[in-house]
Amino acid sequence: MGLAKRIIPCLDVDNGRVVKGVQFVDIRDAGDPVEVAKRYDEQGADEITFLDITASSDDRETMVHVVEEVAGQVFIPLTVGGGIRSVEDIRRMLNAGADKVGINTAAVFNPEFVREAANRFGSQCIVVAIDAKCVSDASQGSGENKRWEIFTHGGRKSTGIDAIEWAKKMVDYGAGEILLTSMDRDGTKIGFDLELTRAVSDAVSVPVIASGGVGELKHLAEGVTEGRADAVLAASIFHFGEHSIEEAKRAMAAAGVEVRL
Amino acid sequence: MIGIVDYGMGNIKAFSNIYKNLKFPHKVVRGAGDFDDVTKVILPGVGAFDYAMEKLEKSGMKEFLEALVQVNSLPVLGICVGMQVLANTSDEGSLAGLGWIDATVNKFDAVKLGKSYPLPHMGWNSVRQLRDNPLFRNIEVNSRFYFLHSYYFNPLNKSDALGVAKYGGEFTCAVNFENIFGVQFHPEKSHQAGIQLLRNFGEL
Repeated sequence: MGLAKRIIPCLDVDNGRVVKGVQFVDIRDAGDPVEVAKRYDEQGADEITFLDITASSDDRETMVHVVEEVAGQVFIPLTVGGGIRSVEDIRRMLNAGADKVGINTAAVFNPEFVREAANRFGSQCIVVAIDAKCVSDASQGSGENKRWEIFTHGGRKSTGIDAIEWAKKMVDYGAGEILLTSMDRDGTKIGFDLELTRAVSDAVSVPVIASGGVGELKHLAEGVTEGRADAVLAASIFHFGEHSIEEAKRAMAAAGVEVRL
Repeated sequence: MIGIVDYGMGNIKAFSNIYKNLKFPHKVVRGAGDFDDVTKVILPGVGAFDYAMEKLEKSGMKEFLEALVQVNSLPVLGICVGMQVLANTSDEGSLAGLGWIDATVNKFDAVKLGKSYPLPHMGWNSVRQLRDNPLFRNIEVNSRFYFLHSYYFNPLNKSDALGVAKYGGEFTCAVNFENIFGVQFHPEKSHQAGIQLLRNFGEL
């Protein structure tokens, strides 16, 4: 037995409450991040990621308390992303009990921030989140020419930066892990962008988390077997009680992927 | 009383939370003056080797710990970088380690590992126990623990190794020499198996 591929449920948190409708029939308060995290922990989640989507920066303090509470009861790695813009933001989250932080937009505006963060806290806790969109159609040429660019502001703003080059650069700057989201697939439920995932996984030396598009259990294994990702992240497939994490792991194991059961 | 050493190198809170849930007396120690009623020491660690050694030195805790562990034989459990500082030297730094276990700390060879084994070694790996030891009491053979590191502990006396994990090749991920214990993985982030290991240490 060797290293297991990871399944990571992701929770969007707005002002201290889980949004995007988590539905567990037997959970008292599906909006409480602590209760939801505990449930995923019981089901065998390998890590949990929180994405803070709070609009106002005044309310960010709320997220610190959420992390503190979850870390008091859930003993698996916790990642917090969303609104991480300064070394001070990172320090606060790590002190609250987070193990890693996700940096997205701030890295695009100031790549040196990633270097500074990695030097200060170690690469092991710096996850760079990349939102990528395909900007060329393979059908118009050979498949080799397919390109992806990174987008910010939830996929609304193009940057013109090549996603694969960007991933490599972020690793050079000290990212310990890449969270790669396909904006084309996010919310579609038709599976990961496997070409994108594979292109980034092959280009960098750190673990890659595939994200965006999971609608069925078989998609998770594909992210690993075809996309060559080290971990897979999903939200809605777990939130609506369609599938438990345990089911997802059994499906991955059946597809020949080593998982922690 | 379990003393959890806070030298700015890791997730102290996770240990306090676990020992609180297990109802084991524990406290966070930040300086030489905090050790009065401490009977066991947890040395956590996240970050760089030299930084950890500097912090131990500057806080005045290094000499104090040396006396407790080497002279008074208090059980100590080093975790991740807290395990690595138990060694003599590390590829990661230039400062001397505590040298409580005869060992070096080496960097994983990225070239040898190749694309199939990205670094850091991150995630849940299974631990093969090499011999019976109270630290692994009631923990199934090959249980998975959470790892996050790019350097590994290399004991010069192989008999000090308690457990190994496989990443490319096998490396030592748990050691014990007399009253000194070390694990490369994070028991405080390893769910039930990790909690059991911390319980075992508390019951030594």
